[in-house]
Amino acid sequence: MTDSIQTTKNLQKPIKGRSLWIDAIGRLRKRKLAMICFGIILFYVFIACYVQVAEWTGSSWPTNWDESTGQKYESPNAQNIFGTDIFGYSILRKVLYGTKISLQVAFFASILSILIGVPMGAAAGYFGGFIDDVIVWIYSTLSSIPYILLILAFALVLKDKTPFGFKLAGATTVYLAIGLTSWVGICRLIRGEILKRKESEYVLAARAMGCSGGRIIFKHLLPNTFHIVIITFSLRFMSFIHAEVILSFLGLGEKDKPSWGAMIDSARLDLPKGYWWEMTAATLAILIISLALNIFGDALRDCLDPKLRTD
Amino acid sequence: MLSYIIRRLLYTIPIVFGVMLVTFLLFNVVRGDITDQIAGKAASAETRAEIQEAYGLDKPLFFDFKQSPFTKAFWNSQFVNHLFSAATFDFGSSYKDRELIWDKIKRGAGPSLALTVPMLIGTVVISISLSLVVAYFRGRWMDYILVLISIVGMSLPFLSFILFGQYFLAFKWGLFPVYFWPDLSVWQYTALPILIGIAAGIGGNLRFYRTVMLDELRNDYVRTAYAKGLSSRQVLFKHVLKNAMIPIITQVVLAIPFLFLGSLLLERFFGIPGLGYLMIDAIGSRDYKIINAMVYISAILFVVFNLITDICYAWVDPRVKFD
Repeated sequence: MTDSIQTTKNLQKPIKGRSLWIDAIGRLRKRKLAMICFGIILFYVFIACYVQVAEWTGSSWPTNWDESTGQKYESPNAQNIFGTDIFGYSILRKVLYGTKISLQVAFFASILSILIGVPMGAAAGYFGGFIDDVIVWIYSTLSSIPYILLILAFALVLKDKTPFGFKLAGATTVYLAIGLTSWVGICRLIRGEILKRKESEYVLAARAMGCSGGRIIFKHLLPNTFHIVIITFSLRFMSFIHAEVILSFLGLGEKDKPSWGAMIDSARLDLPKGYWWEMTAATLAILIISLALNIFGDALRDCLDPKLRTD
Repeated sequence: MLSYIIRRLLYTIPIVFGVMLVTFLLFNVVRGDITDQIAGKAASAETRAEIQEAYGLDKPLFFDFKQSPFTKAFWNSQFVNHLFSAATFDFGSSYKDRELIWDKIKRGAGPSLALTVPMLIGTVVISISLSLVVAYFRGRWMDYILVLISIVGMSLPFLSFILFGQYFLAFKWGLFPVYFWPDLSVWQYTALPILIGIAAGIGGNLRFYRTVMLDELRNDYVRTAYAKGLSSRQVLFKHVLKNAMIPIITQVVLAIPFLFLGSLLLERFFGIPGLGYLMIDAIGSRDYKIINAMVYISAILFVVFNLITDICYAWVDPRVKFD
């Protein structure tokens, strides 16, 4: 009896509400490994931003990757910690510059596929009927073509085109090709999620208050599904980086500037001669950020959406 | 059942049409005029006209607005010709050496399959066995080590697997031939690429099958099986594995159409004359016809295998209905 009185008293105290995000961040903070991985990702982003700013302001380091800093094929030493390549360029500078290009490609590809996939998925799920049929038709068609072939075909036809006086070359082609092909997955996910949620009470309440379809989608439904977008892209980011490597190797990517893919491509012929450092440096750069993204993405998924938890 | 199959078949028509449309938009509209590329820059006007006629590039894309009923040209436009050649699987001949594309594909399919079929079987068998081990030891150090290895495997770029594998196993230690040679038997020149493909594929597959197994383990029948006194081993192999076969079979059947594509990178590095090599060659020489044919054929194969899977589902599980 006293217990229940106690509980009622406790309940009368105002309970401070916590949003999904604050809750998730609190849970993420408890995971040490995930936080270390987040630190690594921030470090990579910092390098990429630093290189970009250095390029804008005309600062010399590390944008002067095309200056020789030693003899050709110097093995790792005090002056060039990752050694030098065939022209005597510092591999450290190439890796740093490649960080910018690879992250840029993955970032713009993600933005592009979110901008295409999310509104289309939302429209298909919310409006249904003919709109749904058309959008489902488009993505079923695209997803029946093997992914790697589709990216290749897009990169191949987009390369060296000049739409609206803007020449597509190098990294631009790569992220256009990846972005225009990889919105399919997120579109399907968002459509399913909206289909599930559009019958819920808050949507009904919004509709009863006279909200328009666009307002319900953008103000009510999408904020409630946005964590899915974040989770998907923290895991997809890695595959975009790997796709850039493959496209660069096939000669459809960056040619004049060092990206990680271009580095692996140029190191391909050096490896049999025993010059292992350029290959190793590029591989390590990719491995570390992929590992960090993988582990952090999994932790983020567990914290944001416990229903999706795998173990 | 018959009506289900018929409706499912009808459903593939818009998809196949969509694939034809995508390939047309990519390779005829976005790509632009490629007469210069085939003819060379110094070609005379006559040569250019000849080439345009030979490849049908002189025809309008959809409509000819110069003619009086502009729809008249539609039936002889590039679009209709593209649809017709795709529907009859007539891809013409390559720009580069005028060889029929079908002959090239037939020649490349054998080596590609010799590479990809053992690779798929190896990857699936090894990763399913490992996933059972992981499910058996879940939450213990064995589980953590295997999960860590699979994440590292997923994070390494495929090119690094190939380059380091080729360098160490073939070049440095001489365990395998470095490159394709016509005198070598199939097993000799595919052994190392298969090994590398399996090593690179295990990471992602192991994670997928581990999730499948752990999802199964949460079901009620597992608790019942334990409650009636079965050992872990019996539960895993007799009950869980059988029930996990549905997602496993889906995964495997839908991987089959990709087998025909070969492996772009492995074939390129080991010089295996398969379909992957054919495509790399076509990308290098901008031979859009070959890429077009490969995109179309692989999409059709995917549609067909998807259809087969769906029909098998409906056949096995009467609850499946098409709406």
